[in-house]
Amino acid sequence: MTHNPHISIQHLNVQIGNQEILKDISINIPNKKVVSIIGPSGCGKTTLLKSLNRLFDDTADIKVSGKVLVDGEDIYAPDAEVTHIRKKMGLLSQRPYPLPMSIYDNIAYGPRIHGTRKKAELDEIVETQLKATGLWNEVKDRLNAPATRLSIGQQQRLCLARGLAVEPEIILGDESTSALDPVSTSIIEDLFIKLKEKYTIVLVTHILRQARRVSDYIIFVYMGEIIEFGPTEEVLLDPKQELTREYVKGYIS
Amino acid sequence: MIRRKLEENFFRTLMILATILVTGSFFLIVGTILYRGVPFMTWDMISKIPGGGFYIGKEGGVLNAIVGSLYIAGGATILGLFISIPVAIYINMYFGGRTWLANALRIAFDVLFGIPSIVYGAFGFLIMVYFGIRASLLGGIVAVTLLVIPILVRTLDEVIRTVPRELRDATSALGATRWETAKVVIRQIRPGVFTAILLSFGRAVGDVASVLFTAGFSDNIPTSLHQPTATLPLAIFFQLGSPVAEVQGRAYASALILTIIVLIITVLSSILAKQFSKNTSR
Repeated sequence: MTHNPHISIQHLNVQIGNQEILKDISINIPNKKVVSIIGPSGCGKTTLLKSLNRLFDDTADIKVSGKVLVDGEDIYAPDAEVTHIRKKMGLLSQRPYPLPMSIYDNIAYGPRIHGTRKKAELDEIVETQLKATGLWNEVKDRLNAPATRLSIGQQQRLCLARGLAVEPEIILGDESTSALDPVSTSIIEDLFIKLKEKYTIVLVTHILRQARRVSDYIIFVYMGEIIEFGPTEEVLLDPKQELTREYVKGYIS
Repeated sequence: MIRRKLEENFFRTLMILATILVTGSFFLIVGTILYRGVPFMTWDMISKIPGGGFYIGKEGGVLNAIVGSLYIAGGATILGLFISIPVAIYINMYFGGRTWLANALRIAFDVLFGIPSIVYGAFGFLIMVYFGIRASLLGGIVAVTLLVIPILVRTLDEVIRTVPRELRDATSALGATRWETAKVVIRQIRPGVFTAILLSFGRAVGDVASVLFTAGFSDNIPTSLHQPTATLPLAIFFQLGSPVAEVQGRAYASALILTIIVLIITVLSSILAKQFSKNTSR
């Protein structure tokens, strides 16, 4: 299952202050699949996700060792260009954070900073991505309205469209539906399933039902270590490890 | 039971009394200014510079001081913003893990915040002596800028800290550089910038000590940065010291003008702040 890894994590250790957050993580994330990271609160799953695009670069007293290869390139190499790495990955956070600008500008923001200036090109990107996230019909008449006027569910889809507009290869989701109502949640979940045709998707979730519904593989993390990694059904229905079994049954949380 | 009730009532009464004391003194201050100032509030006061015998009760107004105060407070606030926004952004966004350094700087600015304005005046005066500048509009602006920078930096710093970490992560995740992220943060804090302007302008326009040596005083409206400039607080001070009743009354009228200027700035900046927080697009 890992003969064609898109992301390859090798002996990754993350330490904040004296606390070890991730311990010797090694894993290969396959191309164009949905991988869910599950585990109890504080187990390091969000840190694991953020280590993929170096979003914790600014955190105090952080020490990272090991390698994370994306397309064979080590993103922690001294000469790695962090903006280039991040452009490859769209991030969908827990709650939507639209930029303080219009719907149109939210999506055009990424392409603009990466050098797309022509109005026609931007128009096309905006339309394509709004259609990809199913927002087009809802917002096409008010593209210049502030993004904050949209509902939370719409904002989250806008944030997804904003991420897709920079043409990433990977989508990272950090409990992306935890602030949403059930309808918006299932829209986002459906989008993940649809988007995996084109993108590798890594999700952090604490909802096992969601992990089961959308993901092909599951990583179970506990106390900073990977306990189990395998196809979704296998990990959830027939876990190899005792800890996984306990977590899946709801004994540890 | 009774003890708890008594305690409740006691502290409640204390709070009510304190609130009455504060609001009472506020109305007393405004009332005094109005009572004493309004009779002397003529069109001449705000449209004319002091005439020949102004300080013994003859014709003229304080237009020189009004314009001077606006120049100095406005100039210092604008100059201060150009210095403070980069500082606040830098402390918050470029220090990364070195939070102790950011906190050390915050303490430094808090200390500067608390330094009496006469110290800024004296410091500004030293700079002027060094460069051979006489008491002038420029000197006043420089001294008052020093005075308002800590206010601006600390206000902007607090505002920037309210920007959710995730918003910055969102732009970073799109591959934005720190400066590009900073631009989005600045957009987000626009309402807070108006609050900072209000606080800074309010302090600048009312301060006497910092302009005492640095801006000097003049009965004319300055036409260049190198001319001495009158300010309203100093105009009030000089007029209050006069034995002539007419001149003393004008001091209160000047105080009224100063209060109205601050009121206008307050209303204006809160309207603008509301406007920008309601509609953060374009």
